[in-house]
Amino acid sequence: MHMGGGFHSHGHGGRTTSSLDDEDRVFGRVYDQQVVSRLARYFWDYKLLTLLAGSAMLAYTLAGVATPWLIKLAIDGYIIPRDLAGLAWIVAAFVAIAALGAAGQYGYLWLTARIGQEILFRLRTRMFEHLQRLPLAFFDRNEAGRVMSRVQNDVTQLQELLSGGMLTVVSDLLSLVGIVIALFVMDVPLAAIALSVIPLLVLVMALWQRRARHAFLRVRRAIAVVNAGLQENISGVRVVQSLRREEVNLQRFEQANESHLEANLEAGRLSAALMPATEVLSAAALALVLVFGGLRVQGGGMPVGSLVAFVLYVQRFFEPIRSLTMQYSMFQRAMAAGVRVFELLDTPHEVPDPEDGAELKVTSGDVELRGVTYGYDPERPVLHGINLRVTAGHTVALVGPTGAGKSTLAALLLRFYQPQRGAITVDGLDIRRVTTRSLAKSIAFVPQDPFLFSGTIAENLRYGRPEATPSEVEAAARAVGAHEFITKLEQGYDSPVGERGVNLSLGQRQLLCLARALLADAPILVLDEATASVDPATEARMQQALRRLMAGRTTIVIAHRLSTVEQANLIVVLDGGRIVERGTHTELMQAGGLYSRLYRQTSPSPSGSEWRLSGTIVTA
Amino acid sequence: MEARRRPLLRVIALLGRYRLQVGITFFCVLAGTLLSLAVPRFIGQAVDLVLSKGDTRLLLGLAVAVVVVSVLRGLFNYGQTYLSEWVSQRVAYDLRNRLYDHIQRLSFSFHDQAQTGQLMSRATADVEGLRMFVAFGFLRGSSLVVLIVGIAGLLLALDWQLAMFSSLVVVPIAYLAIRSSRRLRVLWWNVQEGLGRLGIVLQENLAGMRVVKAFAGQNMELAKFTARSREVYDTSMEANWLYAVYSPVMAGLVMLAIALLIWSGGRAVVSDRLTPGELTQFVLYLLLLPMPVRMLGWMVSLASRASSSGERVFEVLDAQAAVRERPSAIETGRARGHVAFENVSFGYRKEAPVLREVGFEARPGEAIALVGSSGSGKTTVAHLLPRFYDVTAGRIAVDGRDIREVTLASLRRNIGIVQQEVFLFSASMRDNIAYGAPGASQEAIEAAARAARLDVFIRSLPEGYDTWVGERGITLSGGQRQRVAIARTILLDPPILILDDATSSVDTETEELIFQALQELMRGRTTFIIAQRPRTLEYAHRILVLDEGRIVEQGTHQNLLARDGLYRRIYYGARETEIAQVR
Repeated sequence: MHMGGGFHSHGHGGRTTSSLDDEDRVFGRVYDQQVVSRLARYFWDYKLLTLLAGSAMLAYTLAGVATPWLIKLAIDGYIIPRDLAGLAWIVAAFVAIAALGAAGQYGYLWLTARIGQEILFRLRTRMFEHLQRLPLAFFDRNEAGRVMSRVQNDVTQLQELLSGGMLTVVSDLLSLVGIVIALFVMDVPLAAIALSVIPLLVLVMALWQRRARHAFLRVRRAIAVVNAGLQENISGVRVVQSLRREEVNLQRFEQANESHLEANLEAGRLSAALMPATEVLSAAALALVLVFGGLRVQGGGMPVGSLVAFVLYVQRFFEPIRSLTMQYSMFQRAMAAGVRVFELLDTPHEVPDPEDGAELKVTSGDVELRGVTYGYDPERPVLHGINLRVTAGHTVALVGPTGAGKSTLAALLLRFYQPQRGAITVDGLDIRRVTTRSLAKSIAFVPQDPFLFSGTIAENLRYGRPEATPSEVEAAARAVGAHEFITKLEQGYDSPVGERGVNLSLGQRQLLCLARALLADAPILVLDEATASVDPATEARMQQALRRLMAGRTTIVIAHRLSTVEQANLIVVLDGGRIVERGTHTELMQAGGLYSRLYRQTSPSPSGSEWRLSGTIVTA
Repeated sequence: MEARRRPLLRVIALLGRYRLQVGITFFCVLAGTLLSLAVPRFIGQAVDLVLSKGDTRLLLGLAVAVVVVSVLRGLFNYGQTYLSEWVSQRVAYDLRNRLYDHIQRLSFSFHDQAQTGQLMSRATADVEGLRMFVAFGFLRGSSLVVLIVGIAGLLLALDWQLAMFSSLVVVPIAYLAIRSSRRLRVLWWNVQEGLGRLGIVLQENLAGMRVVKAFAGQNMELAKFTARSREVYDTSMEANWLYAVYSPVMAGLVMLAIALLIWSGGRAVVSDRLTPGELTQFVLYLLLLPMPVRMLGWMVSLASRASSSGERVFEVLDAQAAVRERPSAIETGRARGHVAFENVSFGYRKEAPVLREVGFEARPGEAIALVGSSGSGKTTVAHLLPRFYDVTAGRIAVDGRDIREVTLASLRRNIGIVQQEVFLFSASMRDNIAYGAPGASQEAIEAAARAARLDVFIRSLPEGYDTWVGERGITLSGGQRQRVAIARTILLDPPILILDDATSSVDTETEELIFQALQELMRGRTTFIIAQRPRTLEYAHRILVLDEGRIVEQGTHQNLLARDGLYRRIYYGARETEIAQVR
């Protein structure tokens, strides 16, 4: 469903019937020119291996086609004339060809797997690499789950095609050709008679595939609906129980499950129907061979070994056809997956990364925004012509209600997004013109949500400076007051964190994020202060750590805490994407503008004990 | 072994409902397989017939017999393929429904332990594993045995010496087939594991994209991902190599058997012990043999996979809901809203009590705030009242009746909960508001939305109440989500209310709207507020301060502030530390 409006659109735009038809057109295909030619380009990088695999496959296929022929030779040349010495030669040849076939099979299986897996590996890596370069706006538009599914599920679907599927089809076709040639070489009239059932077979297949296309597509859709229903009910089980939706939900699920069942039965009926059809046709061909071949043998027009070989070939002939139909839905899935994979790879990098851009070397740390306008949707700017100068070493606090544009402003500084108008400079150099690496080295970032990666504590602290020595790591941890709790952990700095790691409290994770930024040792700091509450002791430590971190750096902080605001050299009040006031705390309180209103309005108790410009919490 | 076989037996027991279909399937399997054994015989006879220049009509008869047998075989094959699909899909359908229903009725304590991903894979991948076993292993697998035994019997009857030759090859093929599928199963499982680990790297990378970008961690991330991806590659290659070795060896063995057959069969024909037709028959039968033998290996791995899938599926189905209704539970009507906790103790685990002998009473219409640091037990109190968990000691009564004496449905109908994390379902705005009352009228839904101060926002949406929310829908802000939850609860009109006050930061205007909505909601209901915001506390008639599972203070906001207790410390906590810092 989400494909209706393409990868970029919000999902809800695409829920019309026409988009489903669209999807049908794209995802019912078993052959997609673009996907195949894109994949072919990958194969091109393995020309030699592909060539080898092709020859191995040829050997394997030829050996397979040769065996009935050898049986014919044995019967006609030696068994019937009672020539035992010659028979030994045929048997030897048989063994030799069997060995060749086995070797070919080994080579072809191993090489195709190798090429397929290499391509998969490269596709995965390339997708991941591409994701790293995509602008944040892409991730705002596309949920992580959908992106994950492209890199994981869709690539896995391609795997079936790449490791085997595609070449099996080629091998099947090749052996069909081989069999046809062998038949005509043996006896032209009988070959023509035996193959007379082919047009019927083609007709049956064509009819079948027309229905199968929709049936298999329906199965896939039905599975998606059932899985979505399950997923939602499991993650929302607490709401389900408290609102007593169990009965209604079960009824709805049963419906989805029922249509899944029906779709599968329909597909099952189709698969089941094809088998007797091909079987009967194959039996008809066999009967024709027996009668006409038998008569020819009786009339002396053909040796009996040829009859046996004919029988063997005709039986073989239908095998590849059967396996082709087995692969049908695999091809459908793989093509659809290919479309999605290449769509992701084709998503342009919005921020062109000036790899050959200037190296940003911060000497003082002056930051300036000049007429910066930005909107996630260019039609609706979130920031309007912002002018702001931050003197090196100063701290600027950004305050204002939610939606005022504080976070966006910080994100622009980090070049997560590019302003639509205006420019941001550091020491006079436009940040658009510097390399990503040098920009990241110059600006340290502390996110509001203390995000840590799986890995050890030390690895996380080193994230901004992988080359930092253990003593530097420890020094940073000490400076923010995290050393104490880290050493109390069983494995100290080597304790694993993140998923499946040790449980750290929110406050501890925040301290680690501060230490990470400190260790990165960048001259400019962008800080999104956490709003979540921590216990008073941790809070005190955090404040201390923050002061350490801010000392001597140009700091832009999205402030939620009184102490931060009070200590700032400049408070910038944003509202509706514009700077409405600027000054120190005292100045702004005296001015009696938005700042003072926010300050008073959000302090409920007469004692003014509660500070909350955008919502903080009292309970620890 | 017993423990491994049991899940399979239980799966087979699920087929009981479809006895008739299973019976027909088995009949089709048997008939189809036996018929397929007839064709080589006809061909062999035809070969001998033409060599002896026999009756043409007989030849014609044999050809017709081949067609007739094939038509019949085709019908039976259709029958077995379709019926085995039918039966196995039914079993999967039943299992999915049962899992769905069972999972949604299991208590919170189960869901606290279980991960969504795990439950999902049981309901999807494991159910599919069982279905495959039913279809291919159990129902159609029997054809393999019939085929192998039948061919062996026919070959022995034809010429026991030649048959012995062939068995020399068949036995190693069977051995290799079983062995390779076992080893491959382990390897493929490792590949899956590797893909799972790769997924974790990816998931984390996406979640922490801002941090990655801010610290220019792209190369490091790529290195991490590439290393994991390389692992997957290596394991896949190991599995592929094994497959690439085993397959030609097995195919080569079949060829070897045929070579042996031509050699010794040729000699037998020369010495007139065997006719050329019989030799042809032999070759044809021998060519039939490798398929079932190799399938046998697949079947073994299918069965062992199904056995572990079965274990996992039944583990969920066998899980007992910790909170159960008594058989004697009665249906109650609308409660007045009197709530009493009497010496209530509770622990999620036995050794770690979370609540210790908590006792309090709430009069109908009273608003009680629960305050305390995280881990003090305030959320637990809220979870015990609707019986998401059962008390370990003491009792909870609503209108004087123990909540364990009434049905879960009627108890929960009387309690509305506004949770902190608002879960939105993939549905329209309207359906999300009416989630607890699916039959609600549009007027009632709109009235609830108005009371929750959500109506104006919804009307501003392009599709109004039909706007899709949840996954793939529009994104709502924290404040909007909370108001959806409030509207849901207003629509239910419960006499008792639990508010889990959100900590998320919202702007002042939104906060004002939320408070208006909450006030509207609380009117005339017994309300429990798990308070995070100071403002909420002022609406409470009474405040209970919890610490380490005990009520340590209670009273009104003013009373408690006047006292130099925990409440005062918590209330002023943040401010005090800040003052200390500044000085």
